[in-house]
Amino acid sequence: MNEADIPTVLREELGNIAPEMDLQKLDPLADLREALDIDSMDFLNFVIAVHRRLGVEIPELDYPKLVTLGGAISYLEAKLGSGKR
Amino acid sequence: MPSLGADMEAGTLVEWLVKPGDRVKRGDIVAVVETQKGAIEIEIFDTGQIEQILVDLNSKVPVGTPLARIRTDLEPAAGAATPRPVTPPPAVAIAAAPPASPPAPAPTAPAPTAAPLPQGPIVPAAGRRVPVSPAARRLAELRHVDPSAVTGSGPGGAIVRADVERSLGATPVPAERKRTIGLDLDAMRTAIAAAMARSKREIPHYYLQHQVDVTPCEQWIARANEARPPDSRLLMGALAVRAVALAARNFTAFNGFYREGSYEPAAAVHIGVAVAIRGGGLAAPALHDADRISLDEVMARMRDLVQRTRAGRIRSSEMSDPTITVSSLGERGVEALYGIIYPPQVSLVGFGKIVARPWLVDGAIGPRSVLTITLAADHRVSDGHAGALFLADIGKRLQEPENL
Repeated sequence: MNEADIPTVLREELGNIAPEMDLQKLDPLADLREALDIDSMDFLNFVIAVHRRLGVEIPELDYPKLVTLGGAISYLEAKLGSGKR
Repeated sequence: MPSLGADMEAGTLVEWLVKPGDRVKRGDIVAVVETQKGAIEIEIFDTGQIEQILVDLNSKVPVGTPLARIRTDLEPAAGAATPRPVTPPPAVAIAAAPPASPPAPAPTAPAPTAAPLPQGPIVPAAGRRVPVSPAARRLAELRHVDPSAVTGSGPGGAIVRADVERSLGATPVPAERKRTIGLDLDAMRTAIAAAMARSKREIPHYYLQHQVDVTPCEQWIARANEARPPDSRLLMGALAVRAVALAARNFTAFNGFYREGSYEPAAAVHIGVAVAIRGGGLAAPALHDADRISLDEVMARMRDLVQRTRAGRIRSSEMSDPTITVSSLGERGVEALYGIIYPPQVSLVGFGKIVARPWLVDGAIGPRSVLTITLAADHRVSDGHAGALFLADIGKRLQEPENL
């Protein structure tokens, strides 16, 4: 998994939760919970899927950094780039 | 054909997972039935051998119709070479509900199923039907393909997923999940309308509400989750289900069924977990024995139940036997929710959004996380006094999350 794939992985996993949404048009600064109408169970499933696919530790305290697509991309890039794989 | 909800009258058999001669054991999934609530997996309640399939694929039959005949292990083989469907002496028909658990809800109002049930005969579906596998059906629905226009390559000309993919002329869609597909939201709306209208017609609801400080729960969850990988983390919703389940065990007037003019408390606590469906829909399948399993187990089962419900794969026992419903708004939305009881149940506990509020703790005002819990209950069965004690007990249990 290289870093260029992070946005793809995130869009795929969000697509599994909200299949009817056009994720290409998703504002990277929008709150995912509002923009995609996802609840805490959906969000947990999203974190589980991202953790499994990218192997990144995502403590619960960091959830606020993942509430926008842009924030999630930066967070995961930083985590993967700093050799925490 | 089991009753999978108070207002179900008939179901369409869309998939058999067993054939005559197969060994089955209690709890095995033997068939898939399509109802207004989506595709439901039918479990079997006996252990033995399938003797005869009585209902063909794609047949729509009324609730109560035997679907198959099974010879249980305790019984000798049926003597007759051609068992008669109407009088099945040694064999047990897969029908209605398990004998041990609460029987499937029987309609109390003049409903069509109150009439003597037709035995045996198969109601043919309209027109010529070719069997369509559930996967093919879902893909066809998703991609707006008319299955009857597809040439089937499966057994007996059955249309399988690959046939639909071919007709799309596209690269095969990955067999992976794509959600909300086994679900017909219009049909679900009709089912909700029928159940809720009946509830408001028949059940004299009374409502109570209670505000509790759930800061202890939030702190406890945060600590517990620190050391856990994502797939074993807890959510507040699991604590809510567990608190209601433990309280319901002691307050028997809120956990059971009101049928034909009388109330029977349930022996077990099966929490109906209200699950919102994307695009507008709601189902409340049962999380079984929530009072007898651990909090971690409740959380794991809840996650599975929510995912399966949203994917349109609920099991028959989960549809037919919740004894009390829990509905939770989650972290968005508003502070309180006043539910409508799902008949023949007699109560519903609602959880609003947790909000930060100034609160008195040991005589000093401080910011706390406050949750509004509501109870909708059936006045034919209980009074506000008992309801208040029940609701207060749920609140008290949320003060001690370590005991949940």
